[in-house]
Amino acid sequence: MPKVTIDGSEIEVPHGITVLQACEMAGKEILRFCYHERLSIAGNCRMCLVEVSPGPPKPAASCALPVGEGMEIKTDSDMVKKARNGVMELLLINHPLDCPICDQGGECDLQDQAMAYGHDSSRFEENKRSVKDKNMGPLVKTIMTRCIHCTRCVRFATEIAGVPELGMLGRGENAEITSYLEKSLESELSANVIDLCPVGALTSKPYAFISRPWELTKTESIDVMDAVGSAIRIDARQTEVLRVLPRLNEDVNEEWLSDKARFAVDGLKKQRLDRPYIRVDGKLRESTWQEAFAVIGNKIKSVEADRVAAIVGDQCDAESMIALKDLMDFIGTKNIDCRQDGAKLSSHDRSLYLFNSTIAGIESADSVLLVGTNLRWEAPLINTRLRKAWINNNLKAASIGPDLNLTYPINNLGSRANIINSIAEGKHPFCEVLKNSDRPAIILGMGALSRPDGTAILKMAKKIADDYGLIKEGWNGFNILHTAASRVGALYIDFMPSQGGRDVENIISGSSNGEIDLVYLLGADEIDTSKLGKSFVIYQGHHGDLGAHSADVILPGAAYTEKNGTYVNTEGRVQITRQAVQPPGNAREDWTIIRALSDVIRANISYDTLGDVRERLTEVNPLFDRINEIVTPDWTNKSPSEFIEDGPIHSAIQNYYMTCPISRASETMAKCSQELITTLGNRTGTNG
Amino acid sequence: MNSTDNFEFTESSKRRCEEIISRYPDGRKQSAVIPVLDLAQRQCGGWLPNSAIEHIADYLNMPKIRVLEVASFYSMFNLKPVGKYFIQLCRTTPCWLRGADDLRNIAIETTGCKLGETSEDGLFTLTEVECLGACCNAPMVQINDDYYEDLTSKSFKNIIESLKQHNSPSSGSQLGRTGSEPASGLTSLTEKGISDVS
Repeated sequence: MPKVTIDGSEIEVPHGITVLQACEMAGKEILRFCYHERLSIAGNCRMCLVEVSPGPPKPAASCALPVGEGMEIKTDSDMVKKARNGVMELLLINHPLDCPICDQGGECDLQDQAMAYGHDSSRFEENKRSVKDKNMGPLVKTIMTRCIHCTRCVRFATEIAGVPELGMLGRGENAEITSYLEKSLESELSANVIDLCPVGALTSKPYAFISRPWELTKTESIDVMDAVGSAIRIDARQTEVLRVLPRLNEDVNEEWLSDKARFAVDGLKKQRLDRPYIRVDGKLRESTWQEAFAVIGNKIKSVEADRVAAIVGDQCDAESMIALKDLMDFIGTKNIDCRQDGAKLSSHDRSLYLFNSTIAGIESADSVLLVGTNLRWEAPLINTRLRKAWINNNLKAASIGPDLNLTYPINNLGSRANIINSIAEGKHPFCEVLKNSDRPAIILGMGALSRPDGTAILKMAKKIADDYGLIKEGWNGFNILHTAASRVGALYIDFMPSQGGRDVENIISGSSNGEIDLVYLLGADEIDTSKLGKSFVIYQGHHGDLGAHSADVILPGAAYTEKNGTYVNTEGRVQITRQAVQPPGNAREDWTIIRALSDVIRANISYDTLGDVRERLTEVNPLFDRINEIVTPDWTNKSPSEFIEDGPIHSAIQNYYMTCPISRASETMAKCSQELITTLGNRTGTNG
Repeated sequence: MNSTDNFEFTESSKRRCEEIISRYPDGRKQSAVIPVLDLAQRQCGGWLPNSAIEHIADYLNMPKIRVLEVASFYSMFNLKPVGKYFIQLCRTTPCWLRGADDLRNIAIETTGCKLGETSEDGLFTLTEVECLGACCNAPMVQINDDYYEDLTSKSFKNIIESLKQHNSPSSGSQLGRTGSEPASGLTSLTEKGISDVS
């Protein structure tokens, strides 16, 4: 390990790092605009200049210079100060002085660094250049005159997002960043360029001119738009969530965030249920909580227990689900289910419903078989991990299902389910690839598992895992990719029909033919509510979406930004959202609604505080106590039994931008959907 | 940059492209982007329509934006249509000191178009460029592939007029000297025999 001297003190640093990284290790601040840990090195902003000897007698760009034995580095010498000042002055020559009307103001690298290290005035008296703004789609607003050509956005699009559509045209003073022919960036991660842009050239279009960063209350939370469970920061002003930003979590989302997680939040202001409703003479009318509970109480008393059913939705917190389960247990029904999409999952073996390799772990896979999943839409941030695996370990990917462009080469084996059989039986050429891999993996999507023969597909996938070395010491390549944020949590508490109980399909068919009289929908909007027939429907949730339209009683709940809820992501990581704002109007945190209802029907539910509910969760499943941890399940030796019916496998998601009540209510998502999916046909993520 | 025509390489260009690509190691055909762009530009009459850029991107298996980046970086590539004669006026210091300003005025006057524009008859496009590397024979201009050096207002005007008549004026030094030997004749190596050797 080379020894270097930084500002007079000696430090030993690892081989192969750059001078900039060495200086950071020594606790020195090195300014930078173009350098970014997760992107390739460009070395074009020249802000990170330091003095290095031995070497030419001029400042060197520390981001692009590898450390060498015995280097003497000065980060604050007169030469460095002068050079830094000069670079800053040059950068500001063409940068407009429009900080007062710039959305980056207050969180702008250029502003901060110019304040700390720049000149107090400019010697430049000529005209500044101005650059025409470019179209970069419905999410990214551009003010290109402010661009300092760091090319972070270009490198992000090319390297991380895998959509090489951005570039720098022209050169010198005429250089401009643009996408090819100003097309929208076709990526589910496009908005990350907003965070990467060190100046105000790329800012958030939906958030334009809304607020200043210092006016916002920042709450650290967890995203529920998919089952990845990205770490987010919710920025709110009073009762309004204004924006969502990613938070660093190396194990889950690194520092990126998918566009839906970031921009669907404007849907939180639309179509909200802010008071209880009851249906009188076929019409919903506003009511009080007491009235609504009384109607429900009377109804529950009048129906037999086995004619009651409950379905939980895709974004429910574990607290509300355990409360509902306890309530249903008290009523005495076995008809409860969490699998709105009909996924053939069982809650018995954790290893058969988790993303076992873990999200960070899938990066080390060297071959992968995707079955019935469009990763780009179902979990964009897991897709970036696979792209990384392709870049670093030459990942060999194959898919069964629709032919997709996932930003890395993928061998589509066809869409017929029988191909899984032929792989399991060793008759398919792809078997050789799996056999010859060190770390082979399979990812089963809900598109495959929600088919009627999902159990058989699961069984065959397990056979593939057993036969081709997917399970070995230190590696489990058997992965289930959930699309619902609540799903694993629900499986953890066994929110499933017990012996003799009805699953979602049978609850719905039972309702239409009169065998079920009462259905409790907890945020369940993705089922065909028109088939609920004459059943009495209680809808508890936060949006007037599909579920609420069919309801006889509506109980207004809280969205994920308005409650402290426990969620378990697809890899089994227990995480907690934090309340950023109050629920609107009379809406309440969901578990408290069920707790209050339990009093009306004199159910014996004992918890009164959030702490009590969490204790109850831990009692049901001790894993709820292991926050942010991965508890690796033992690989099961039991296999599900059944047979595959041949037929094409589809993806679980038809429109990335509209998958839940929040995103369906979001104007921003509607614009994205219009611009990126409707206009481009099926191109995005499906066959382009 | 708005042509939607379909671009295809001609058969001879295709063979030339293959020859160019064969100069680079296997799997590195992207390295051929500059000569291939040049070939396409010649085929399109001195400029690169989008269709050509997209065709080359496909052909070399590169993202379109990467090809456009290269094409926009180098001033030898034109992204807008140019006249039959593409006149590049050098304006860097040596040419400027030797009268580049006069040449510019002559050019504007004679061709009838402003800098950066194409004349109405489609014959000329004028543009000012930085040093073209023939300072010893300043002032100079480049017209398509040829350098015209040691220009005066008069000789430059004659060149343009002669191009208008579709003649081909002789390129190189308009003083008639070879290369950049002294304008007033040789001052050294004058002995008979020595200069004949080459």
